[in-house]
Amino acid sequence: MSLASELLQYVLSGLTMGGIYALVALGFVIIHNVTGIINFAQGEFVMLGAMFMVTLIGVGAPTPLAIILSVILVMIVVGIIEFGAIRSAKKASPVTLVIITIGLSTAIRGIALLVWGTNPYKLAPFTKGGPYHIGGATIVPQSLWVIGTTAVLLALTLFMFEYTYWGKALRACMVNKFAARLMGISPSRMSLFAFVFSAALGALAGMVIAPITYVTYDMGLMLGLKGFVAAVLGGLSSTPGAVIGGLALGVIESLGAGLLSSGYKDGISFIILLLVLFLKPGGIFGTSGTKRV
Amino acid sequence: MVRFKKMSAILVIVLIMGLLVAGCGGTKTETDKTTAETKEPYKIGAIFDISGKGSSLGIPERDTVNMIIDEVNKAGGINGHQIELVMLDNESDETKSALAARKLIEQGVLAIIGSSQSGTTLSTLEAIQKAEIPLVSAAASIKIVQPIADRKWVFKTAHSDALVTEKIITYLKSKAITKVAFASMNNAYGDSGLKEFTAAAAKGGVTIVAKEKFAPEDTDMTPQLTNINRAKPEAVICWAIPPSASSFTANYRTLDLKMPLIHSHGIGNKKFIELAGDAANGVIFPVGKLLVAEGLADTDPQKAVLVDYAKKFEAKYGARNTFGGHAWDALKVVLAALEKAGPDKVKIRDEIEKTQNFTGISGVFNMSPTDHNGLALDSMVIVEIDKGKWVLAK
Amino acid sequence: MEDLKRRKRLRHSLIALFTVIIFILPFIITNNYYRSVLVIIGIYTTVVVGLCLLMGYAGQISLGHAGFYGLGAYVSGVLTSTYDVSPWIAILLGAVGTGLVAYIIGIPIFRLQGHYLALATLGLGLIIHVVMMEEVDITGGPSGLTKSIPYLSIGRFELNTDFKYYFLVWIVALAAIILANNVVHSRIGRALRSVHGSEFAAQSLGVDTGKYKLQVFTLSAIYASVAGSLYAHYITFISPSPFGLMTSIQFLVMAVVGGLASIWGPIFGVTAITLLTEGLKYIVPKMIPQAGGEYEIVVYGVILVIIMIFLPEGITSGIVNIYEGWRHRKELADVTSGDK
Repeated sequence: MSLASELLQYVLSGLTMGGIYALVALGFVIIHNVTGIINFAQGEFVMLGAMFMVTLIGVGAPTPLAIILSVILVMIVVGIIEFGAIRSAKKASPVTLVIITIGLSTAIRGIALLVWGTNPYKLAPFTKGGPYHIGGATIVPQSLWVIGTTAVLLALTLFMFEYTYWGKALRACMVNKFAARLMGISPSRMSLFAFVFSAALGALAGMVIAPITYVTYDMGLMLGLKGFVAAVLGGLSSTPGAVIGGLALGVIESLGAGLLSSGYKDGISFIILLLVLFLKPGGIFGTSGTKRV
Repeated sequence: MVRFKKMSAILVIVLIMGLLVAGCGGTKTETDKTTAETKEPYKIGAIFDISGKGSSLGIPERDTVNMIIDEVNKAGGINGHQIELVMLDNESDETKSALAARKLIEQGVLAIIGSSQSGTTLSTLEAIQKAEIPLVSAAASIKIVQPIADRKWVFKTAHSDALVTEKIITYLKSKAITKVAFASMNNAYGDSGLKEFTAAAAKGGVTIVAKEKFAPEDTDMTPQLTNINRAKPEAVICWAIPPSASSFTANYRTLDLKMPLIHSHGIGNKKFIELAGDAANGVIFPVGKLLVAEGLADTDPQKAVLVDYAKKFEAKYGARNTFGGHAWDALKVVLAALEKAGPDKVKIRDEIEKTQNFTGISGVFNMSPTDHNGLALDSMVIVEIDKGKWVLAK
Repeated sequence: MEDLKRRKRLRHSLIALFTVIIFILPFIITNNYYRSVLVIIGIYTTVVVGLCLLMGYAGQISLGHAGFYGLGAYVSGVLTSTYDVSPWIAILLGAVGTGLVAYIIGIPIFRLQGHYLALATLGLGLIIHVVMMEEVDITGGPSGLTKSIPYLSIGRFELNTDFKYYFLVWIVALAAIILANNVVHSRIGRALRSVHGSEFAAQSLGVDTGKYKLQVFTLSAIYASVAGSLYAHYITFISPSPFGLMTSIQFLVMAVVGGLASIWGPIFGVTAITLLTEGLKYIVPKMIPQAGGEYEIVVYGVILVIIMIFLPEGITSGIVNIYEGWRHRKELADVTSGDK
């Protein structure tokens, strides 16, 4: 392999992982925008989506039905959680809410351990066919699914925010909760909607990445962390930012592992992140600079 | 109203805390269910990594131990004494493991088995050595039983990595392979493999042309494999457990690398094959004989024990794996010593150290004052995965 | 004014009472397991006091304190086991070194705000953890230190039992609490609270908020480092795994559960979380025989959520609220009865 094709290989691997991070990051951004909560259980939504999918396929459901059912199931679970836990603590400070989501993620992970055990599960790739070769580098079809899904979901999210009633109401809530309420938009209903929407995104992310990552009860931990990093990198308020943040993180990691040191790769990506943040304290894609006083 | 809510919340919390404290202290009042027994039960402790990162080891170990204890107690116990097992979960956390060991010591157990991983075992040793209580670990690291002067009370039943690497080097020599690449998962398991293999390779005349690492939760090892490919090794050795071991193998086949792929004993469960699918075919690895029990020669001394354990475990809990086997060995070694020594910690320790020709799951154990593991090279076999099945490699 | 004095008196007598209880406790509790739980509580309390100071008074979240905790543990562990440095000097070096790292890294970090700051501390903790994993020649890598770490000793007196170690750990923890208490009620403390209230307002009044935040960050890192050293000499073995992100999150949970607004928060928070995890290990198997940790972590998660829903300000302020309510009603009753 020539150096050029090796580099291409690193970038392609990085884009696949980056797509995965981006999908998780999207969920973080939507919930944070509407409710101000950093939802540390977002990775668990992804895990649940993948687990439901594996189980449904396992009992013989056809793939399209399994996808729809899994998404609905995760939405219901998250809806109940939002209603039961988040809403009861609405007046709590942001850091208290963060701890609540940490508690929730611990509980969800424990239940997943009870139901599905410690063993990893496998999901067949969506489409058959061997790996594709591009300029000496290799990519599996499922990677294209991940990147494609990321693009579609990003477009869908943007469309929803721009053109649907619910999306506009969400944006209104982001801008000014009080004024939104005066206009007859219920912030608590919007919070429910944001959580359920993020749950759907998470569940879809879980399904599409499952053939690559396998499915384990604790996969949400790593995904949640990387998704959080990607979301913050992207400014935490911008949906395209989250996607770019995710892709950037994936590529940096892959290049770090390939070119510098595979043991140090997480360290390398964080050093780069920190340097970027130090040089640009407002975030990379953040509209930041203004902040609430 | 708000105050009432707060009051009741505090009450609930105080109540829970009270319960917890009362619970912690209530061990002595516990009455044993086997009231028919006149003899006092023997108390044995166990610590496993049941939840957290080590749970894929801890859970089969817990299941195996529960199974054996049920069996032994139904058969009348040891010398007419029932066995009372106190099992604790250390959550794969070293600090909690150290606390768990102290808790078991305070409860007056005669011996302790566990923990599942090297780190969670090592953090208990300070308390174990001081309390002078025999411990048989199910973890791999050679540090658990060495230096032997500081490990008087500590034994272990899993194969040491030194043994496994020696087995691999022997295999490589038989295939005239001298240039290898080594990839390991970046945790205590992979690190121990890396250190032992580096040492064994230097001694055995094998050159390591590339060393790569990946995190246990990584799902794409293509960058590492790209680097390995550049170094042009004659074989690749991967030291990891599923799922990352499976991801590594799948990526390996995707990149269409042609050299033989050798794994460690960490892939000794069906999950590896399930996850890697067709990519698993052709993988070679050294492992205890449990996986190929049925395929062993009838003259093999372990065959009967292995087949029996595999059948019972699979009837109750699903596919066999070597980790459950480590717990089987640990508990059975302790029970055998207990039977000979009676409820005396010093004598139990001495009896464990005297264990000879003990036919276990991981091999035939011959412990001695200088060897607290007691396994020999012939306790392992080289297994190849062929059409999704384990077969003895030629 | 009268009220302020009364509060100060109350605070001092509470600290005195607490100190007495702490020193009597190990004589009443003879079970070494309980003593060891108390030792761990003491070690964690030292870390969390610093974290609460940072979060409650400087309003800055940290997701990287396990890194500082680990730095202390590793400096102590490596220097004493490999290089035979005196343990006390090693603890000191660890504290100074960690303080320096925190101070230097803190300068750029505190130019960041809100979530970027959280991300930066998370990254810092992670980088420290990666170094522990990778610098195999020094740290022993993921398998941990090869040689065992010696016990601490005072002259010839070796602190080799839970009972003896208990006193050392709690003297350090009490010192940490008292020092934190002094910081809170000093000029810096008032300045810090103004930072927490509104940084802009504080700055416009001429408070150098950045400097104070950096100082508190450094102090809290030193606390964590000393606690880490004590951990290393207690368990006598260390590997990178207790110093990862999960531990940072655990410290954060302890701080918030206890409550950030009071110096008693850390003790309540650490005790509540530690008793919860240790206690569940006892109760859950009683209720569900042959069950393992799976149920325990579910119950742990649910209880954590319940506590936070009902006591969003933490356990301490919940207790204070009740006390104030009770006093308020008593005063009312006194007034009405005085009318008669």
